[in-house]
Amino acid sequence: MSSSSKDQILAAIRRQQLPPRELPPLDFAPLVYDDPQQHYTETLTGIGGRVVVANSIEDVQRDLDQHDLYVEARQICSLVPGIARANVDLDALDDPHQAETIEFAVLPAKFAVAENGALWVTDENVKHRVIYFICQHLAFVVPRDQILSNMHQAYERLSFDSPGFGAFIAGPSKTADIEQSLVIGAHGPKSTVVYLLG
Amino acid sequence: MPTATEKFNHADDATAFVANHARAKWHDQALWFVRQKRDRMANSLPEWEALRETASSIKAYTIAHLAELLEQFERQATKLGAHVHFAKDAAEHNEIVLGILQQHGVKKAAKSKSMLTEECHLNPFLNRHGIDVVDTDLGEWIVQLRNEPPSHIVLPAIHIKREEVGELFHEKIGTEKGASDPTYLARAARRKLRETFMEAEAGITGVNFAVAETGGFVVCTNEGNADLGVSLPKLHIACLGIEKLIPQAKHLAVFLRLLARSATGQPITTYSSHFHGPRPGGELHIVLVDNGRTDILRSDEFRRSLNCIRCGACMNTCPVYRRSGGHSYQSTIPGPIGSILAPSRDAETYYSLPYACSLCGSCDDVCPVKIDIHHQLLTWRREIAVRGYLPWSKRLSMRMMSLVLRRPWLYRLAGSLGRFALRWSPRFMIYNGLNAWGKQRELPLAPKQSFRALYRQRQAKNGKS
Repeated sequence: MSSSSKDQILAAIRRQQLPPRELPPLDFAPLVYDDPQQHYTETLTGIGGRVVVANSIEDVQRDLDQHDLYVEARQICSLVPGIARANVDLDALDDPHQAETIEFAVLPAKFAVAENGALWVTDENVKHRVIYFICQHLAFVVPRDQILSNMHQAYERLSFDSPGFGAFIAGPSKTADIEQSLVIGAHGPKSTVVYLLG
Repeated sequence: MPTATEKFNHADDATAFVANHARAKWHDQALWFVRQKRDRMANSLPEWEALRETASSIKAYTIAHLAELLEQFERQATKLGAHVHFAKDAAEHNEIVLGILQQHGVKKAAKSKSMLTEECHLNPFLNRHGIDVVDTDLGEWIVQLRNEPPSHIVLPAIHIKREEVGELFHEKIGTEKGASDPTYLARAARRKLRETFMEAEAGITGVNFAVAETGGFVVCTNEGNADLGVSLPKLHIACLGIEKLIPQAKHLAVFLRLLARSATGQPITTYSSHFHGPRPGGELHIVLVDNGRTDILRSDEFRRSLNCIRCGACMNTCPVYRRSGGHSYQSTIPGPIGSILAPSRDAETYYSLPYACSLCGSCDDVCPVKIDIHHQLLTWRREIAVRGYLPWSKRLSMRMMSLVLRRPWLYRLAGSLGRFALRWSPRFMIYNGLNAWGKQRELPLAPKQSFRALYRQRQAKNGKS
């Protein structure tokens, strides 16, 4: 069935011999910021996120303790060591559906991208990747010296040679599908705070 | 899809849309607002034009080497543990998806926005086989509840007012009567669709970019619906047209920088998820669909329309789309790019779409992959005339026009007759069914003299012969 369709499609493409082409070099100079941290902060704030600079994990905790979303959350999951009140162990859940009741999650990110406010996250050491999308509120912790300017620099860091999941996440989920009115909190987290650590 | 009984003409459907003047104006402004956001984003990057040029070249490379890239993608994706399927057409695509769902005993699937599955009419097909498919993108869910197709590829419910969404939700999910606050309505949808995510036994997604080098693919959303849909159940089916391939992972940087900025004026979508193989314990199927794309690839004139990354920027900027609404195109992909793609599939049915264009070229200016959209639309007009798909009224007027334009004396005569007639004829002679230019507008007052006469006079006054 499908192998013959494959052959037919490939044959249909090959019937039209197009002259071979060269891949374009990515040799233009992309925008690089003098102060990526400042630009990251502006961009993420502009898309509904909050940025907090933290010198230590204790600073992170102090900021969390000031916010009702964290203080009042009954189920908290943290994959960042040193966060208090984390009472859901993601590894102990057999089924990702069980993560539905998690209200607040504190998760690590690998690096940040200043041009668009995104963070790079993966499923490495994250048993259920759904945690990035299913919790009601989300805090990320990313090393402060890991803020890149643009996406070209980001992909220089990435390799995809083994199975896995990775995503750029830029702020809380949102929709503008009703009359172009922005609503923060569509299906994913309703708020996002990013701690720049170190 | 237009029905066979009545010949579809874009202008007829557009007439119905503009009959409600206030609404047409509102629609126009909503889209222009998105276009302006896009401009601000494009202007914030000094290398914007270099990005467009590079993206265009990468796509040209992809199309020139598509067979090898597809084979490479299949090899790599299989190595990562995914199952790769090829479908010649919509029917085969639907059968493949149904087969996978049936094999897993799936009764309910959560689907994220995918223009390909719209193109293949997957939802009604699965419904007929007893499988419930829920579109989980808010806009897409709204149009699904209204039992109509999306009117825009990125903003599926752009034609619907908040009061109408309120009315719909009141009826379907019991929100308060008369409530029309977008946040209230979006929260209600969130609660309802959470139930769907929790119940669904499979997630179906489209694909924004598939990477031949790695065998992975990227899905972009703002709402997080695609990720919820495929991270809870064990089964993920990803459907894509064969033109969605790009050669290497580093090219994603170019396309992700262009896509959301062009589409909605955001620096990037909230989620740009990279799937490489199934998740541990899960199963991933990738369905690569031709459905007419290889026909377009073989056409020297229209090949470049395969560059399209479905950002919708050409729709947001198009003066005709903004004022006629997406449904007036009666095609899954409406607007300028849709007016190239639809006749490629069926030129006789969609003969009127290349004429839904003023040839202003604004679409070319905003297209992030530099498709020469308005040139292709012009080429389609010629093609449609050659194939004899124009209605007699248009054929006749074209013939008259060419008769006149080829004879300078006749042109001069027609000009003076026209100027006289437009000044002195009674209204009913000018504003009637035969004169499309007199519909909904007053014609300008005809000048007393022709340009030639004016020019002669001026030259005489300046003492030149």
